This record gives sequence, C-alpha cells and structure tokens, in this order.
Amino acid sequence: MITVFKSKRFYHFIKDVSAVTGSLILVIMLIAAIFAPIIAPQDPYDMKGLYLEDSLKPPIWMEGGKAPFLLGTDDQGRDILSTILYGCRTSFAVGFSVVIIAGIIGMTVGLLAGFYRGLLEAVTMRLADAIFSFSTTLIAMLFLGVLKNHGIGTVILAIIITDWVRYARTMRGSVLGVKEEDYISAARAVGASDFRIMFKYILLNAIPPILIIAAVDFGAAVMLEATLSFLGVGVPINKPSLGMMISTGKNYIYAGKWWLVVFPGAALVLIVFGINLLADWLREEINPKIMKSEVSK
Amino acid sequence: MAKCIFTRLTQGVIVLLAVSLVCFMIFQFFGDPVLTLAGRYATQAQQEEVRTKMGLDKPFYIQYFVFLKNALHGDFGLSYVAQTPVLGLILERLPASIELAMSAMLIALLFGICLGVLVSLNPRYFINRIIMAGSLLGISLPTFLIGILLIMIFAVTLRFLPTFGRGEVIKIAGSWRTGFFTIGGIRHLILPAITLGLYQLAVLLRLTRGGMLEVLREDYIRTAWAKGLTANMVIFKHALRNALIPVITMAGLQFGELIAFSIVTESIFQWPGAGNLLLTAVYETDHPVIVAYVMITSILILFVNLVVDILYAYINPKIRYE
Repeated sequence: MITVFKSKRFYHFIKDVSAVTGSLILVIMLIAAIFAPIIAPQDPYDMKGLYLEDSLKPPIWMEGGKAPFLLGTDDQGRDILSTILYGCRTSFAVGFSVVIIAGIIGMTVGLLAGFYRGLLEAVTMRLADAIFSFSTTLIAMLFLGVLKNHGIGTVILAIIITDWVRYARTMRGSVLGVKEEDYISAARAVGASDFRIMFKYILLNAIPPILIIAAVDFGAAVMLEATLSFLGVGVPINKPSLGMMISTGKNYIYAGKWWLVVFPGAALVLIVFGINLLADWLREEINPKIMKSEVSK
Repeated sequence: MAKCIFTRLTQGVIVLLAVSLVCFMIFQFFGDPVLTLAGRYATQAQQEEVRTKMGLDKPFYIQYFVFLKNALHGDFGLSYVAQTPVLGLILERLPASIELAMSAMLIALLFGICLGVLVSLNPRYFINRIIMAGSLLGISLPTFLIGILLIMIFAVTLRFLPTFGRGEVIKIAGSWRTGFFTIGGIRHLILPAITLGLYQLAVLLRLTRGGMLEVLREDYIRTAWAKGLTANMVIFKHALRNALIPVITMAGLQFGELIAFSIVTESIFQWPGAGNLLLTAVYETDHPVIVAYVMITSILILFVNLVVDILYAYINPKIRYE
C-alpha cells in the first residue's frame, strides 16, 4: 500500500486536477448510490408512501416547495432526490456489469485471437468491424425493441452482446504487440505452457490499454442504459432509472417544471463526466506518444 | 484499389446476408404473422388458408429464400398497422432523416475539425483548455438530454425556435420533400441538428486535436517550417492532411451511431423521419417496418463505410500504393 502512495503514477494522479476531480465525483456518486436506502428520505418505489397531493412540488427553496422533498417531486409524488439516488444504483449496476462481463469475454476472445491467430482472429475481427459500423447503441435498441418484457438483466445483455468486441479488438492489438518480446520467447524456452504464457505473461502486459477502454466503456454503458430507458425500451417502469425520470420530466418542461429533468440529468452527466475525466487522465498517463507536459500542464 | 473495393463489397454482402437472416428470425420467433394477418378471431380453416397463401407451411430455408427474393425486389410486406407496403412508408420518411443527419454531420465536421486544429496549435492557452473541458462535457452529455435542455433554453424560456416537426417543406424530385429552402424549414432544423451533431462534434474535435498534436511534432513538419512555408501551408496542407486520417475513419464509423441517435433526436423533436417511424413500429410491434428499417439502414451504413474506405485510400497514399 505504501509503495502505491510513493509511486510515480500516484504522484501524477494527485498532481492532475482532472483525475482527482473525476474520482472524487465518482466516489461521492457511488457512495450515494450504495447507501441510497439509508440516505434517501423516501422509498420512491413503495406505492404506499406516495401521495398524489404531493405531486409536482418544486424544489424546497422555491415557492410551493414542501418539507421532506429537497429537490421537489415528480408527477406521482415521488421525491426527486430519492428517485435519483435509486436511479444511480441502476446506472452503476449496469456500468459495472457491462464492463466486467463484456471485459472478461472480450479479453479472453482477444487473447486467444491474438495468440493463435488464424480463423478465430479473422472471424472475430470481421465481426468486430461489422458490429462497430452498426454501433452498439443501434443494435441494443433494436434488440430490446423486438424483445418485449425485459428486466435490467436483459438491458445489460443487450449492451454486452456487442460491447465485448471493443475489448477483444484492443486485447488482440496488445497481444500482437507483446507476443514477439524476448521475455515471451524466454518463457517458452523454459517450457511454459501456452496457457501460462497467455494468462501470466501476456495478459498482464496487455492490460493498460484495456483500462482506458474499460473507463470509456463504463461511461458509455451508463449513457446507453439511460438512453434506452428514455426511449421506453430499457429497464421496466417499476425500476428506478435516470433515463426514465428524464423521459417523464420531458412531458412537463413546457409547463415550466424544470426540476423533473435538470436534477436527474445532472446526476447522469456527473457520473459520465467523472469517469470520462478519469479516462482522459488514464489515456495521457498510459499513452507515451503524447507527452504530458505538452498537453495539459 | 479495385481489389480492395471488391473485398469490401464481398464482406458487405456477407454482412447483409447475416443481417437478413437475423431479420428473418424476427419474423420466425417473435409474433405470429398468421394471427396478425388473419385476425384474432379467424377460424382454423381461415388461418390455414393464410398460412398456405403466405408460404408459411414451407420449410425454414425455403421461407428464407422467398424472404430474400422479395427483399431484393424491395418487397418487405405490408405494415401490420398501416396495411400499406413497408418500403414506401420508409422511403417517404427517409429524406427527412437524411437531411437531419447530413446537417448534424456538417456541423460536427466543420466545428469539430476547426476547433480541434485551433486547440492543438496552442494547447496551453486558457481558452483552449476551456474548449477541451467543454468537449469532455460534450461527450458526457447523452443526446436525449442535450435535446431536452436545448428545448428548455431556446424554445420554452427564450421562445426562439420551434421544437416540433419540420416546418414548411418544398417538394423536389419525386417524393423528396426538403426543408432546406424555406425559412421555416431551416428554423425547425436548427435545434435537432445541433442535438444530433454535438456529441459527434466533441468526438471529432478531440480526435483532430490528438492527431494534430502528434503530427505537429514530426520531423517533416519541422522541415516544412524550416523551408519557410507559411503557417497556413504547414498547418493545413502538411499537418492536417495526416491528422485527418483517423478523423475520417472515425467519422465513417460514427455513422451507425449517428443513425442510432437520430432515432432519439427524431423522437424528441417529433421529426417526421424514419427513426421516428421505427420507434412507433417498436411500440406497436410492427415487425415488417422494423425489418425493412434494419435492412435499409444496413445498406446505408455499409455504403457509407465503403465510401469512407475509398476516401481513406485517397488521403493516405501508403494504402493506395499497397
């Protein structure tokens, strides 16, 4: 642990305003999401606790605001702040699940494709090309649009079915770069198995670019879930989602009820902005081509 | 070059076949067309009649070939809801979508590349760092949120611009109605085009800046400066040309995203385009419309990618001579 704090990377991290801001935002949002049941003044999905006379109340500092509803209420009388906290849970759940599952699948396929080349590589790369040109967003939209009646799991699946190629492609590139290094030949010379070489020597060295992809992908997955839920093909209506909150709020913007959109929107952007700040720092830290001093300092 | 295009075309056909197979599966596994066409209260005999008439009693692969043959002739069947040929429905809506997407991409390319070059020249300037922070915010803002915020600012608060539909359109060639030549049409186009273009703009800006930063440090740029070329020559002729290679590739790859987000944008602004039609079809489980939309966009996407590949070879001599 001490070595981590003394390391050069950590020093760069602390020196970099955007990295620190990004992780601070993320940590705060994450804690808020994890402890939502404790922090939230109301359980927004307990129908017994909702009263219609509390609907569409403005934030507490405005005229007409009502006591426990810090950021106002929606058309069902749900506390906006509480719903946001629960919505962030969905966002983080989707983000983490997608990154972890798609990451593992993609890295494994990419590792095998880069190591053994041949047909597996050709098929994976062509598939990746095709999927990239159709875009994850479009495919997930159509997938969920055709498949009715879905839960959060289906939404995650819809993102993963295309998203893993991102990791596979990056992984394959890294493997090709690392494979011809001397230490790999050395490992082979002392009789290490393919498996050991792949997972012990190549994998570790191929990880840094994957980290960048994972960070960007996390933000993309969170945005995608929100977009899908906004369109009504995402998480079911009885589950909290920032995208769905904004979709409801959209109907009230002409009536001047801005808080239904602005607060959930801000929460969503904060999460994505936080992770993108972090991704930006990672990219500059890992990519030796762009010298740090020339870019931001 | 010709060989390269040929390979690409073959790959494109394979992808299209795969897409058509998936589309066909949608018909097979989701919803029963017999029930939809014959009606819920049809007798057993009536259902059988429809089944035989539609060829639904034939084996799987024959049905697939019939589907392919019809699709090649532009026959995707009737919409379950509108009861009119699906292709016509989509082609009628396509011009609106294409105009929106083109305007958005134009905004993104123009401002993205210009700002990217500007920022790369003096990365340390305060104003340029603000632009970069703004671009990071730009890629963190989901399209639907941008649209709603723009509506809130420019339509609800300032009452500046319309947010609903396309405004006046003029009929040009065939069924193509354009909004480009009327003031109302342009005014209606502004907010949706910015909504759709902003994310792409931020992406292209960051890419251009990254590419320019790398290229500007190359030896040949130093040589160009040393030769005494003007700044315009060095920056735009020598540096930008190389920095643009990844930008063009990305712009092509983003086309699929563009279509996906045009669905979102069209739904927010009630834009009468193909994306909006698709969303309605999804809500109403109108499979023929979904399938035709998927096939047509696939062809469009593959076509754009092919054009980008050719452009890519054109600006990158390394590839051309291989």
